[in-house]
Amino acid sequence: MEKRVTFKGIWLPLLLVLPQIVITAVFFFYPAGQAIWQSLFIPDPFGLSMQYVGLGNFEYLLSNSYYRASFVTTAVFSILVTLVSMGVALYLADRLIKGPGVYRTLLIWPYAVAPAVAGVLWLFMFNTRVGVVTWYLGLLGYDWNHVLNGEEAMGLVVVASAWGRISYNFLFFLAGLQAIPRTVIEAAAIDGAHFWTRFRTIVFPLLSPTTFFLLVVNIVYAFFETFGVIHTITSGGPQQSTTILVYKVYSDGFVGQDLGSSAAQSVILLVLVGVLTIIQFKFIERRVHY
Amino acid sequence: MATVSLRNVKKSFGKTDVIHGINIDIADGEFIVIVGPSGCGKSTLLRMVAGLETVTSGEISIGDRVVNGLEPMERDIAMVFQNYALYPHMSVFENMAYGLKIAGTPKGEITARVEEAAKLLQLEPYLKRRPRELSGGQRQRVAMGRAIVRKPSVFLFDEPLSNLDAKLRVQMRLEIKQLQRRLGVTSLYVTHDQVEAMTMADRMIVMNGGVADQIGKPLEVYGNPQTEFVGGFIGSPPMNFLDVALAKDMPTQAARLGVRPEHIQIAQTGAQAHGKVLYSEALGAETLVHVKLADGSFATVRQDASLAQPEEGAQVGLAWSKADQITFDAHGQRC
Repeated sequence: MEKRVTFKGIWLPLLLVLPQIVITAVFFFYPAGQAIWQSLFIPDPFGLSMQYVGLGNFEYLLSNSYYRASFVTTAVFSILVTLVSMGVALYLADRLIKGPGVYRTLLIWPYAVAPAVAGVLWLFMFNTRVGVVTWYLGLLGYDWNHVLNGEEAMGLVVVASAWGRISYNFLFFLAGLQAIPRTVIEAAAIDGAHFWTRFRTIVFPLLSPTTFFLLVVNIVYAFFETFGVIHTITSGGPQQSTTILVYKVYSDGFVGQDLGSSAAQSVILLVLVGVLTIIQFKFIERRVHY
Repeated sequence: MATVSLRNVKKSFGKTDVIHGINIDIADGEFIVIVGPSGCGKSTLLRMVAGLETVTSGEISIGDRVVNGLEPMERDIAMVFQNYALYPHMSVFENMAYGLKIAGTPKGEITARVEEAAKLLQLEPYLKRRPRELSGGQRQRVAMGRAIVRKPSVFLFDEPLSNLDAKLRVQMRLEIKQLQRRLGVTSLYVTHDQVEAMTMADRMIVMNGGVADQIGKPLEVYGNPQTEFVGGFIGSPPMNFLDVALAKDMPTQAARLGVRPEHIQIAQTGAQAHGKVLYSEALGAETLVHVKLADGSFATVRQDASLAQPEEGAQVGLAWSKADQITFDAHGQRC
């Protein structure tokens, strides 16, 4: 049985959680409330007055083809980032579980690189004029130009976003794999299971709590924290092909100065991520073997 | 069902040699126990037979096939692990059916075979449970069941009873032995417990530091140990090792005498050695008397509880017949 800590009064526990509540209130509840409030108005171009429009901002957004396209972009982007970063991390964790510790240490480094810095690093490598990778691709006869080609731009921001994330996922997968007793894998080998069968029927099910956790965390990461990468590499272009929802919130609000629409977008984003997380916990978690 | 033979099997990890050449021919249906202290290489030897460790040199054959290069799954073996190694996310039924399913056995046959094994092991009420909902003994049975349903030609056991409490261990030891007799499957069983080895084995391999010190039937090994190590390891309390000067007409290379505790009598007349009683342990049917000899060495006497027990601190004489003494040379080998 879990031992429960009980307090006699209400003041001490309240005091103990106060810092967290204050932080959440200042940095989450207040801005979220502001966003919801502002999403109902259209401010004038000089920011001197606001006009109440009800759900007008939302109606306009949902009928806007650029905004709808941004949903698809976001879906493609976050699925790719999640799959690439988790796939590569799992592969590396499986290969390095017994390897020298130095590889593991090196693999954790990219996590320490800020997204914006990572974006610039990748931008240099793939720069259309001076990029090393671009040059080698040119030697192979491939003309890389993510400034003009939307698919290449998407590929680049996915790789740059997934890169730093691999470290994080790798750590969790490594710990998850180490928790699976070696004899269980050996027993499966004796039972006649080849590598892929073992992975599919033993390792992956036993790793499912880790995988589920990472899935949730990575999707949230792809939705929000990749802003820096996209901003530095493509600024959402070309032709909005890498404008994910969170980037559109920024560009419509701070570049386009349409603060009402921007606020409405952040409300939609808030609801969307909430719903996604609920769905994940409701439906995927059932298939997880704890 | 198959014979197993090991031909000069060696194993090294890097530059460290852990197994120095083991030879044995195991008959079809024979129950072989590999026994030895921790780190003697017994588990490594078993894992080599299973295909979980590579063989550095030598040859392992199962049936008529040399299996050195074969994957574990190709060797037609089943293994029971010390920690059971059950698949935690599968029910007992799925655990036992796993191997058959992979082999593509028809569903009806899988069910029939699993149920047959479950009946044999009294696991029928638990087929739908997960391993974590079972007791240690039941998990042990599931691990056995998983081995049985595949009808392999060789069973390998890696200390399967070490995680059970003493009483259950005695019971399971009997069950495993009976099951093996009934199924008639050639078995290799690794343990560090000499009682398990004595009671279960048709023949046992006593290993010490990567070498098979002696291979033989349990009573033969007990009565006629080939090395000092075997005499000390097999039997509880262990064999007494005494100064060779206590006996007459010894071969010149003899360095020590080995005498089993039950072969020494406390006697006032005709005693070959004298000493002081340190303490006695009354076990009920018998009593162990620990004696410190005049030369500073120790001896244990196992005698019937009905005999007169000497007082602690009393001076006693110890006697044994020449037929019961075994002589070892300076290297611990028989001479």
